[in-house]
Amino acid sequence: MALRMVKGSIDRMFDKNLQDLVRGIRNHKEDEAKYISQCIDEIKQELKQDSIAVKANAVCKLTYLQMLGYDISWAAFNIIEVMSASKFTFKRIGYLAASQCFHEGTDVIMLTTNQIRKDLSSPSQHDTGVALTGLSCFVTPDLARDLANDIMTLMSHTKPYIRKKAVLIMYKVFLKHPESLRPAFPRLKEKLEDPDPGVQSAAVNVICELARRNPKNYLSLAPLFFKLMTSSTNNWVLIKIIKLFGALTPLEPRLGKKLIEPLTNLIHSTSAMSLLYECVNTVIAVLISLSSGMPNHSASIQLCVQKLRILIEDSDQNLKYLGLLAMSKILKTHPKSVQSHKDLILQCLDDKDESIRLRALDLLYGMVSKKSLMEIVKKLMAHVDKAEGTTYRDELLTKIIDICSQSNYQHITNFEWYISILVELTRLEGTRHGHLIAAQMLDVAIRVKAIRKFAVAQMSVLLDSAPLVASSTQRNGICEVLYAAAWICGEFSEHLQEPQRTLEAMLRPKVTTLPGHIQAVYVQNVLKLYASILQQEEQAGQPEAAQQATQLLLERLPQFVQSADLEVQERASCILQLVKHVQKLQAKAVPVAEELSALFAGELNPVAPKAQKKVPVPEGLDLDAWINEPPSDSDSEDERPKAMFHEEEQRHAKPRQAEVDEEELARRREARRQEQASNPFYIKSSPSPHKRYQDAPGVEHIPVVQIDLSVPLKVPGLPLSEQYVKLEEERRHRQKLEKDKRKKRKKEKRGRRRHGSLPTESDEDIAPAQQVDIVTEEMPENALPSDEDDKDPNDPYRALDIDLDKPLADSEKLPVLKHRNAQAPKPPEKEDVPVVEKKSKKPKKKEKTHKERSRKREEGRKGDDLDFWLSTTPPPAAAPSPAAATVRVQLGVSAVTAPKDDSEVTRREQVADEDDEALEPKVRRKSTQKKKKHKKEKEERGKDKKSKKRRPEREEATEPVQNGAPQEEPLPPMSSYCPLAENAYVKMTYDVQGSLQEDSQVTVSVILENHSRSLLKNMELSVLDSLNTKMARPEGSSVHDGVPVPFQLPPGVSNEAQFVFSVQSIVMAQKLKGTLSFIAKDEDGATQEKLDFKLHFSCSSYLLTTPCCSDAFAKLLESGDLSVSSIKVDGISMSFQNLLARICFHHHFSVVERVDSCASMYSRSIQGHHVCLLVKKGESSVSVDGKCSDATMLGNLLEEVKGTLAQC
Amino acid sequence: MIKAILIFNNHGKPRLSKFYQPYSEDTQQQIIRETFHLVSKRDENVCNFLEGGLLIGGSDNKLIYRHYATLYFVFCVDSSESELGILDLIQVFVETLDKCFENVCELDLIFHVDKVHNILAEMVMGGMVLETNMNEIVTQIDAQNKLEKSEQITYTGLFCIGQDFSRAGLAGAPARAVSAVKNMNLPEIPRNINIGDISIKVPNLPSFK
Repeated sequence: MALRMVKGSIDRMFDKNLQDLVRGIRNHKEDEAKYISQCIDEIKQELKQDSIAVKANAVCKLTYLQMLGYDISWAAFNIIEVMSASKFTFKRIGYLAASQCFHEGTDVIMLTTNQIRKDLSSPSQHDTGVALTGLSCFVTPDLARDLANDIMTLMSHTKPYIRKKAVLIMYKVFLKHPESLRPAFPRLKEKLEDPDPGVQSAAVNVICELARRNPKNYLSLAPLFFKLMTSSTNNWVLIKIIKLFGALTPLEPRLGKKLIEPLTNLIHSTSAMSLLYECVNTVIAVLISLSSGMPNHSASIQLCVQKLRILIEDSDQNLKYLGLLAMSKILKTHPKSVQSHKDLILQCLDDKDESIRLRALDLLYGMVSKKSLMEIVKKLMAHVDKAEGTTYRDELLTKIIDICSQSNYQHITNFEWYISILVELTRLEGTRHGHLIAAQMLDVAIRVKAIRKFAVAQMSVLLDSAPLVASSTQRNGICEVLYAAAWICGEFSEHLQEPQRTLEAMLRPKVTTLPGHIQAVYVQNVLKLYASILQQEEQAGQPEAAQQATQLLLERLPQFVQSADLEVQERASCILQLVKHVQKLQAKAVPVAEELSALFAGELNPVAPKAQKKVPVPEGLDLDAWINEPPSDSDSEDERPKAMFHEEEQRHAKPRQAEVDEEELARRREARRQEQASNPFYIKSSPSPHKRYQDAPGVEHIPVVQIDLSVPLKVPGLPLSEQYVKLEEERRHRQKLEKDKRKKRKKEKRGRRRHGSLPTESDEDIAPAQQVDIVTEEMPENALPSDEDDKDPNDPYRALDIDLDKPLADSEKLPVLKHRNAQAPKPPEKEDVPVVEKKSKKPKKKEKTHKERSRKREEGRKGDDLDFWLSTTPPPAAAPSPAAATVRVQLGVSAVTAPKDDSEVTRREQVADEDDEALEPKVRRKSTQKKKKHKKEKEERGKDKKSKKRRPEREEATEPVQNGAPQEEPLPPMSSYCPLAENAYVKMTYDVQGSLQEDSQVTVSVILENHSRSLLKNMELSVLDSLNTKMARPEGSSVHDGVPVPFQLPPGVSNEAQFVFSVQSIVMAQKLKGTLSFIAKDEDGATQEKLDFKLHFSCSSYLLTTPCCSDAFAKLLESGDLSVSSIKVDGISMSFQNLLARICFHHHFSVVERVDSCASMYSRSIQGHHVCLLVKKGESSVSVDGKCSDATMLGNLLEEVKGTLAQC
Repeated sequence: MIKAILIFNNHGKPRLSKFYQPYSEDTQQQIIRETFHLVSKRDENVCNFLEGGLLIGGSDNKLIYRHYATLYFVFCVDSSESELGILDLIQVFVETLDKCFENVCELDLIFHVDKVHNILAEMVMGGMVLETNMNEIVTQIDAQNKLEKSEQITYTGLFCIGQDFSRAGLAGAPARAVSAVKNMNLPEIPRNINIGDISIKVPNLPSFK
């Protein structure tokens, strides 16, 4: 052994260590890869040796190579070997390597479980620490599940160093194993008040991270955090807490009101910029959450803006950046306050730092007004010209468009100007946002009727310079603009000055180099344009010109027929055939223009992009089912041009075969449909086919704008937006003068169509140059107002959306390893009294500290009553609000079911608490300590205690854990477990819980208690399924098979088994018959036994306790699609709050609001039914009004509630 | 949450990489390259925040970095971290390195990346800030070094791992390199987060190569 050791050391001497490796790599600059592969070979050799030191050295080198990008996963097993070394030096190397390269896919990771557990419980804090650090990087769901309990124990470690690491790692554990959150949460919460600031900070860190994702579950912690905020001096902690409040305030406006003052104080007092900045941020969040009901909130806004201005003006670029960032948040709700700092922000646009410029751009969005828009955009356009680097330029481009188009072009007074801006933007090379510009062009042209003429003129210029556009940008991005240009010119062709010229431009050979979808639009719109040319020429009596156009089409269209793009090809060949027909007709001098243009008749209405999605599916409609047999092609009658077209074909296409016609027709129809489908503006079901655009209604209303400007329309690509700025100024000036005049003469002048008669130059007064008939986008009737489609269903944090106030179910306990269980406390009944007495000296001291702590906690608990804390006027002490009551009950229960294998200390406390005698003096002492407290409280507690004794079968009572927190519970404890069946051997109690994840599953937890002297084994539960309710059985078993209970019961022991049932309809209560069969074995032998039972699934068991804010509740009630029912129960003596607590507990409701003796409650079923209750208490009666999405369910629920109330 | 911590030099050579989300080695290298590309082209006197490292998760994330002499320290964080706080954390990190290595320079990081990892592990754990107090961190590191030394003595006197040996290694480094190092002076700053009031002047050193 010694020899080997020496040999190992000598080997080791000649090995390279990490430094040698690094030096070697640096000396082999030319053939680095070769050198490294050599080294890896050496490392492989080293890993084969026995010496752990050699291995560790090898692993250390591998870690370095990993950083350089080499995959070292092949050495995973060796890494584990090094991790399990007994020396800290090596262990650390191993854990570091593991943290760098292990992940969920590493298959050997499961081998580490026991090693890590060992290290976690190591006496050396360094071993434990290094294991925790490593684990935090590679924890997997399996590791999290298996180790959660060990880590939780470490949270109460004596060394703060370990405590803080254990607390931090819990976040990772929660992420990987969400089920551990609820059982671990009470202790995590405790750590918020840990004496060590590091541990406290870690706990704050974890809870903030949790709350950020699911803030509503952490609202009840607000008072505790508030206390921390006002007491802590650690800026890190403060920042985290303040950030957390920022996330909480949107959920509870009252919280915001409470926060404003301390935050403002902090803003005034702190010298730390980071803290100041976060305070400002949270104040902003508060102000956003508050509606304008705050009296002095303009002062707060002013303070924020003023502080932010200081930041922005600072020479430190970091502060400038953050200032702008925060400013943009204010902007959303208080644009006015920000607008006064326009100068500053415009200045930031010129900053050399791109990050700052981008932030300033964001701000500009909200700063524009009718007055300033042109000026700001002009400035931005200048930046666009200067900008180097496409990303920033693209950003500018999108911002310009955003700014101009915001809230339905609210700020644009002159759309000609806007169109020319858009056209100017098309000159940008290499932009990715061609489609954005195109979309704007289309949108404006369609929705602003008055601008069409101008838009068409501009677009035709664009089309004319198309080769330029397309070639200079190598088909990227910007050519999308041609899509819009072609469409606008085609659709509104009647406005074209020189249709022939445009037609020619659209048919140039170069067009075929454009992307397919643009060509397709070209082809389609060529036909529209052609139709309108025919119309004009025929009216003008110039058949030659019309024939010329036909000729042009016949010449040029074949180039599209040959296109590789199917869409283009199809449309082109359709249109080619059509034009050939027209040619024939023209030869016979038949007028065709009317019929041809009828193809494209119809008014366009803009439709909201989400309109289709928002159409509610009528009840009972299955969209996937065939209504009739699949129809043949010819049945469709939904095409509006069909009749016209069909006739025409019939009349004039005699030589053709009828079938060919059909086919051709179908194809054209298809092409048309395609066109319509791809064109969002083309949805219109009932057009009047004879109407033409010229005589469309509303056109008369379009003001004839005297564009007395000298815009050189025909110069390609030269619309000068700047001219508009001048013109606009003049126009406004004139307008003002005019108004003044009008005012003097009190006479209406109708030179231009304008509205507004106030003489002030306020923003809203500037009348637009065009009457902007901005058509709002159409939405279907009774569209669903849902915005839920934006939620990401794959969010990993969703699993952590867990109600933390709900009582902890037995099933939720963290799995505990069996052999560790041996250390776990024995049931208290059996605990030797002498043990307590033997240690009585020590425990007493601890008891004292414990008591102090419990007192503290109690105060904390008072604070837990969020409503109480938030309300400005404290409710009378005798009747705390019902929410408080429920919170307390829940707290009590969750405390009761704290994990079993706690540290020694807690256990002793528990024993003491459980012990009546130990308890009694405590009560006395407490009451002397707080003389002011009501004696009643004590009595109540005494009662409480008695009731506990009276009902020893209660689930909680059998629990050995009780840690003092719930002692002053004013409410009798309740259990949701009901008796199921009992015989000489076994007693069964059960509880049904809806599943949070599955909408049709419930979990039945059955507690089996063996009260015989036999060992019960081979237990099997068989249930007769009903149509509606079925038991989930292991795969492959038949309906009649039972489900085995996964444990045996020694005498006197109870355990819980869970069974999953799937339910279809939940509106009615269900009963299932079942049998428990088992073998009872004692000294005399074994007997087969049976116990029949009936499982009762009440409607309440399908409900999930769901908190609901009063606003949402009110909205729900207003929505009106809930059915109503009510009950009344007489002879109730119980206090209202107990009553509510009972309803909450047994029927899974939560209190929304309570006023005096009237409370509203809410719950939700696993299938999403909303249930609202209004509970009113009279003299000795209680009436319950219910509203629910399902009438049957409501009826049944109310019956159950009645049953509960009747017992009160 | 901190998503990643990267240290690389002015030429983009990684000196330390710590990812708190799993990525393949190739992706890691790509991220380092991309980050270097983003950071290196920025002037000295612009802000230390950068949006849109495209590779590490979405728009919520920011790059927060500091440039010391030849090294870039980059933290990729999401919106739950305070920007100025992280800047301060970087400062704490560098100061701690300075204390543990006694006048830290790039060479220390090159040859003792494992030690740098150990120091970092006492500050940031699994992407969350563990400790911000430098003295606390240094105490832990010292205690660990002591433990390590004691283990070496009991193991064998023939060779040693760690400080002594590595110093010997350093002696073997090219002489001109040694002359270029050891002068990465760091200013003393007050402990509390107080960034706004401090301007850190890092001497512009001849870049080390």
